[in-house]
Amino acid sequence: MPRVSYTAPATVDDAVKALAGAAGLAKVLSGGTDLLVQLKSGRTRPDLIVDTKRIPGLIGIREEGDAFVIGAATPGVAICEDKRLQQAYPGILEGVDLIGSMQIQGRCSIAGNLCNASPAADSVPPVIAARATAVIAGPNGKREVPVEKIVVGPGRTSLEKGEFVVEFRIPKPKRHQSGAYLRFIPRTEMDIAVVGCAVDVTLDDNGVCRDARVVLGAVAPTQLIVNEAAQALIGHKLDDETLKRLDTAAQSACKPITDKRGTIEYRIKVAGVLARRAAAIAFERAARA
Amino acid sequence: MSKHHVTTVINGEPVEYLCEGQQTMLDVLRDELNLTGTKEGCGSGDCGACSIIVNGKLVCSCLMLGVEAEGCTVTSIEGIADGDSLHPVQQKFLEHAALQCGFCTPGFIVAAKALLDENPNPTEEEARYWLAGNLCRCTGYDKIIRAVLDAGAVLRGEAQAAAE
Repeated sequence: MPRVSYTAPATVDDAVKALAGAAGLAKVLSGGTDLLVQLKSGRTRPDLIVDTKRIPGLIGIREEGDAFVIGAATPGVAICEDKRLQQAYPGILEGVDLIGSMQIQGRCSIAGNLCNASPAADSVPPVIAARATAVIAGPNGKREVPVEKIVVGPGRTSLEKGEFVVEFRIPKPKRHQSGAYLRFIPRTEMDIAVVGCAVDVTLDDNGVCRDARVVLGAVAPTQLIVNEAAQALIGHKLDDETLKRLDTAAQSACKPITDKRGTIEYRIKVAGVLARRAAAIAFERAARA
Repeated sequence: MSKHHVTTVINGEPVEYLCEGQQTMLDVLRDELNLTGTKEGCGSGDCGACSIIVNGKLVCSCLMLGVEAEGCTVTSIEGIADGDSLHPVQQKFLEHAALQCGFCTPGFIVAAKALLDENPNPTEEEARYWLAGNLCRCTGYDKIIRAVLDAGAVLRGEAQAAAE
């Protein structure tokens, strides 16, 4: 690999200074499972790598009032092993658990999965469905934005020079609120989503949906929040008619490409199927939550 | 560009080394520390040949920088056996002939040990999913899975390794 400088600041401020003050290209390192692949292939040629893992709080999970806070560099295994998160966000854990192998899980982070900005990133749809926000540090201080505002296109984010994600804040689920994430790949492990779909629903005591979010991955340049699909669920139980309208709404939102993993037509069809299946799981979980 | 001074514990021994920012942990193990048991297969985190255990978690050493190991505890294939006595996973790989060319074997053994440390009694399905990040182009995986499940039985005291 070409030579690169490395620094591991101990504070958020020092990390911002390193990123903002770098002469050439500076890249943020959390787990490194995407960054190192890109370094080796020459797709990115940074002059400086800023490792955020030594900053207190960047790895770890804590509760703060009405939210869970996940440090940006927390590895996948730590997220999936956390009993509180298993209970609160089964959909997010399903997404995180699908990122690569056990070896990748040992390093990969939600922030890396998000900021790598792949339309097919598995952890991103369920994190958006759970209405998570990202706390971003930068030269002008900290700002908090909905996670869906970060990816703006394949490989591109809205982060400015000197900015990086510090943590994710996810509202604790309400009574009868839960979620699910499903992805379709042609094999059972170690592949990139043809389509991914996250559904998060809040039900009333009669099983009627009162709030919903449906998020699709890998069918557009960014993850898609499909409001029409959420509207198809709100005010209804999970009957055949509701599922049919959900399927239609999900399909209508897709703007996919044809590539070796699937054609446009195939991805659109699968998006509808996954939306129905993920909704069924989310409703069942929410009824028990 | 100045080198980084890194202090770690590798296979139970305190180890210090110098490395450059872009050197991977795999480069450090093989080229700086002469621990060549860990193999480079794909170099992109797909094949698992370079698997090591860092602070108790299984990782690909090709996707970790050497400098990131500062303060970490690392186990490579060289640290799996206890002196001259093989770890049950190693013993069962021999008994089941769970290798042919052997290039993937160090990665499989490290990954299997990490599995059994965490889950001493995995189902076949759990073992297959856990090892999905390790590729073997010779065996077809079946003997590997038998060896890993059998090693689990040894570790649980339900079976014995064959006499050497």
